[in-house]
Amino acid sequence: MTRAEVLVIGAGPAGIAAATAAAANGRKVIVLDDNPAPGGQIWRNKTAEENGSSGGEMKRRALESLRQSGAEVLAGRSVFAAYASGLVQTVWDASGGYVEEFGFEQLILATGARERFLPFPGWTLPGVLGAGGLQALVRGGYFVAGKRVIVAGTGPLLLAVAAHLAEDGAVVSAVLEQASLRQMVPFAMSLLGDPTKLMQGARYRSRLRKTPYRTGCWVVEAIAGNDGQSLAEVRMTDGARTWTEPCDLLACGYHLVPNTQIAELLGCAFRGSFVQVDESQRTSLPNVFCAGEPTGIAGLEAALVQGEIAGLACAGQPTVALHSRAAAARSFGLRMEKAFALRPELAALPRPDTIVCRCEDVPFGELHSHVGWTDAKLQTRCGMGPCQGRVCGPAIEHLLGWKPVSVRQPLSPVPLEALCFHGEPAGISNRH
Amino acid sequence: MPDFVSVTINGVPKRVVRGTSVAAAMLLAAQPSRISVTGEPRAALCGMGICFECCAVVNGVSHRRTCQILCEPNMTVETDQ
Repeated sequence: MTRAEVLVIGAGPAGIAAATAAAANGRKVIVLDDNPAPGGQIWRNKTAEENGSSGGEMKRRALESLRQSGAEVLAGRSVFAAYASGLVQTVWDASGGYVEEFGFEQLILATGARERFLPFPGWTLPGVLGAGGLQALVRGGYFVAGKRVIVAGTGPLLLAVAAHLAEDGAVVSAVLEQASLRQMVPFAMSLLGDPTKLMQGARYRSRLRKTPYRTGCWVVEAIAGNDGQSLAEVRMTDGARTWTEPCDLLACGYHLVPNTQIAELLGCAFRGSFVQVDESQRTSLPNVFCAGEPTGIAGLEAALVQGEIAGLACAGQPTVALHSRAAAARSFGLRMEKAFALRPELAALPRPDTIVCRCEDVPFGELHSHVGWTDAKLQTRCGMGPCQGRVCGPAIEHLLGWKPVSVRQPLSPVPLEALCFHGEPAGISNRH
Repeated sequence: MPDFVSVTINGVPKRVVRGTSVAAAMLLAAQPSRISVTGEPRAALCGMGICFECCAVVNGVSHRRTCQILCEPNMTVETDQ
């Protein structure tokens, strides 16, 4: 077992800020991350060198501070079990399933958020991806130059994704935002007091001069071409009129949901869907802290300041000077939540044969007769595939109102031999 | 000058920029990552290791999340059946 004084789970902005603050104040810090490199989703690596953007510069500085702080980053590790008594177990996928154990005195959860997906007919076709999903894959080396892309769903991410895709040469034929203009006005007005965010929005918009940004519009169906196996066109509506547009790719995501599985497994108290924390980012468990999106979807600024608070708190340093910045970032998140609240029509999109659970191919029609998760899991295997309900869980909450049931370890698939013979790479023959 | 690596995707050689994820390489090769339990072709959805739709067979090992793995020289990748 490897021992850290402060163990940070997640190397996105919140985790980087937390680890830097704790390590710079003398704590022995280890940061674990599931991805191949630190940065999280918003600072995900680009295969080509960073294009000198302000985001790239901010990331470079954050990673440099992290390096100088002496915190150790271990990438490629998926946490599959955690105990508040001071133990976290990970599987290192790239090594072929090597299981490692990490001891801690204090734990900081900086597990970020994932996209919310909502099922509609045709959403399982190759060519239909998440909005953040497509952006992540482009950063991972996929080329979209010359491709016709429709960006749809909800949230501030849509405009950012569309702008980046256009910059990479994609023909973004439309951005569909399900929220009505009226619903978004108070949020947009509040940005007038925030020049940085306003400028960012203006920059995105200027890259999308030819792209219509349609509010109050959403995708109703993705339609396959003659091969029946890949996307050819998208049917969309504004609630009154329905029309079809051809495209090569549909990037569709409905804002973000927090990654709270580890907090649930540890037994942290929740406030609605989010991990409950005090002003120093401490959860209901005295040695467990949480920073960033799991405490409320509020974006980069909130993640950075909350991470720093959590890191300082773990090092016994005062955090009060940062509280007003944290409160401002949180209130931005609350305004965003109101602006991009999901419209009820989205719950009526799936047909009986529309797959809801993509891991186990469970169609919507099979779920109606069940009263909740436990029943549906037993009868249909819905939510029991490798993603463990991370995709269909938030979808079903919107479609049927079912609240998720308790999570269990392993949180992600672990090879059986890795569990039996942990401490050695799975598949190696010299076991004792 | 970008540096390239060669991988084999469903038997066909593919040259990609070093640092390309296996999921991105499969999209570039227009190959599904897996065939679902009812026989549908699937490709990457979330791009960040959550959805498991990009799971494929990498160097003979099945159920690998290809969005979390970078292409390496002479890697073989196959659709997970």
